[in-house]
Amino acid sequence: MHLATVINVFIRDFRKQKKRITLTLIALAWGTISIMLLLGFGEGLHQQLTINRNGMGEGIAILWGGQTSIPYKGLGKGRPIMLHKEDPAYLKERVPKIHRIGGEYHRWHVKVIYQDVVLSEHITGITPEWEQMRSHIPQMGGRMINHLDVDQKRRVVFLGYDLKNRLFGDEDAVGKLITINATPFTVVGVMIDKMQMSSYSGSDEDMAAIPNTTFKMIFGDPWLDNIVYQPYDVADMEEVKDGVREAMAAKYKFDPEDERALGTWDYASGTREFNNMLMGIKIFLGIIGGLTLFIAGVGVANIMYVSIRERTREIGIKMAVGARKSYILVQFLMEAIIITFGGGLFGMSMSYVLTEGFKRVPIESDVLDFMGRPTISWEIGLIVITILGAMGLLSGFFPALRASSVSPSESLRYE
Amino acid sequence: MDGKTLIKLRQVKKAYRTGSVEFEALKGVNLMIPAGEYLSIVGPSGSGKSTLMNVIGCLDVPTSGEYRFEGQLVNTLSSNQLADIRNRKVGFVFQAFNLLPYATAFENVEVPLLFARVGAKKRRARVAEMLARVGLADKATNKPTEMSGGEMQRTAIARALANDPDIILADEPTGNLDSKSGEAIVRIFDELNAQGKTVVIITHDKNIAGHTSRMVQLKDGIIETNGDLTGRRLAD
Repeated sequence: MHLATVINVFIRDFRKQKKRITLTLIALAWGTISIMLLLGFGEGLHQQLTINRNGMGEGIAILWGGQTSIPYKGLGKGRPIMLHKEDPAYLKERVPKIHRIGGEYHRWHVKVIYQDVVLSEHITGITPEWEQMRSHIPQMGGRMINHLDVDQKRRVVFLGYDLKNRLFGDEDAVGKLITINATPFTVVGVMIDKMQMSSYSGSDEDMAAIPNTTFKMIFGDPWLDNIVYQPYDVADMEEVKDGVREAMAAKYKFDPEDERALGTWDYASGTREFNNMLMGIKIFLGIIGGLTLFIAGVGVANIMYVSIRERTREIGIKMAVGARKSYILVQFLMEAIIITFGGGLFGMSMSYVLTEGFKRVPIESDVLDFMGRPTISWEIGLIVITILGAMGLLSGFFPALRASSVSPSESLRYE
Repeated sequence: MDGKTLIKLRQVKKAYRTGSVEFEALKGVNLMIPAGEYLSIVGPSGSGKSTLMNVIGCLDVPTSGEYRFEGQLVNTLSSNQLADIRNRKVGFVFQAFNLLPYATAFENVEVPLLFARVGAKKRRARVAEMLARVGLADKATNKPTEMSGGEMQRTAIARALANDPDIILADEPTGNLDSKSGEAIVRIFDELNAQGKTVVIITHDKNIAGHTSRMVQLKDGIIETNGDLTGRRLAD
């Protein structure tokens, strides 16, 4: 092996076959770009969905009333179990691993008026814990409902982002008076424009939240609709859920094993569903990515295949004038490697440039809120280049191996 | 002629296999070519002429029989040794020219020199010299597509001469050319032989065969007649 000779011939031929090499490079780069962008957008979607999902709150559980289905201590089944306004405080005391807890009321189709805008809206009665538990984050210049509001049963309201827009439009809402159920309320804050993928009673964007004490005073609901709680550590969720159930069973005298006495939803079970959905999306994108990869591979193989006849003759000619088999093989190998790496690197850098460019496009859109921003994965890029490179190698190198293994007279005759 | 035997074939057979059908192109050829000879091999198509040339030029190895090139038994040589013989000792001229389509005349002539690892400076001088010899000094930068058939064939001859081989093998060198260009090509072979080069031309054109000093006639894979063109019989 005389590497210098091979490299000499290689460089000379490489410069001479620009068209074919350019086409192969483009096919490789195209395959890399399409898959990296596809999976990049998939990853962006994944991240955005995770952010959106946490819009409802992370690591929380929601409790609602039910009906006993098992007789217990001489009490018959079918007894309704309702949530009392004292229950959150009681549970916080009985289950020490609860970090935050609060009771919530709901009422739909309540008349909400600001000047000449009259709407029929969803009103919730909540506590300051909602800010952390349920991501009720106020915009700048406003605040969430606080403990004084609750203690003093103040008539203050915290508006969801969409509801604020429907009532006030572009006008500033904080400090203004609106009437809810014919009672004047002062707007103390507006929620940030958060994305929320899941809810148990409608989207937070469309709600008007007031202190739950004020709610009870105005509407007179005898029972809480929900209790929302959050353990210090999400890992303790099961333990805390059992503790809550036992405490409630002791207070309301039902069998702790009675699944229907109280309803519970928690973040962990939601996580499973969410992960299944994400897995579905990933499998879908994976299939599309695989097909794209396959098409790109076919493109590379096709270019290689089309040139087999020409290249087989080229090999025959070179061998007739004295090229050793190893010269031919090393030359084709180098060519395949350079094209693969060149095309792959070009594709990867283009994908990077495109996604970075996309991230910098200053558009505010609801669609983007759901789509997220594409995120490039270099591991995927490497896998893509490896697969496409292998296909290029197989379709370019093996015909060369065959052509250089038979007698040169046969390669010269090749049609 | 110095009379030294360059090529010696004894009972050489060559069979090709296409699927399950075996075709015997050469059925026992005995041939001796002394150094410096001007030989033509003629015969109808399918008679095994090209197969014989491929064997003589080490593009193919015989299925059986004995082939000696400068006394060396070719049958047993490795593919690298065969490549080296083709590179340094044999110069091919094909009917279809077989130039690299993407390379210029200069680059085509340069290929055997590259494989012979001739230094760049010497290489360039040699290519220029060979192109000048076939009258293409001014076509060095032309690609095959920018040349006439005669020019392509002269480029191929320059390439065949690049490493100063012991033998020039030409397979129907004028087959794709008009008669005028064909004559010019044959005149080059005449000159080369006059300068002492062994030249073997495969042809079915009796006029071209008439330029050579000996004609071997092949039919159905065996040598039918073998004699010098002045009527003097030569022993195998």
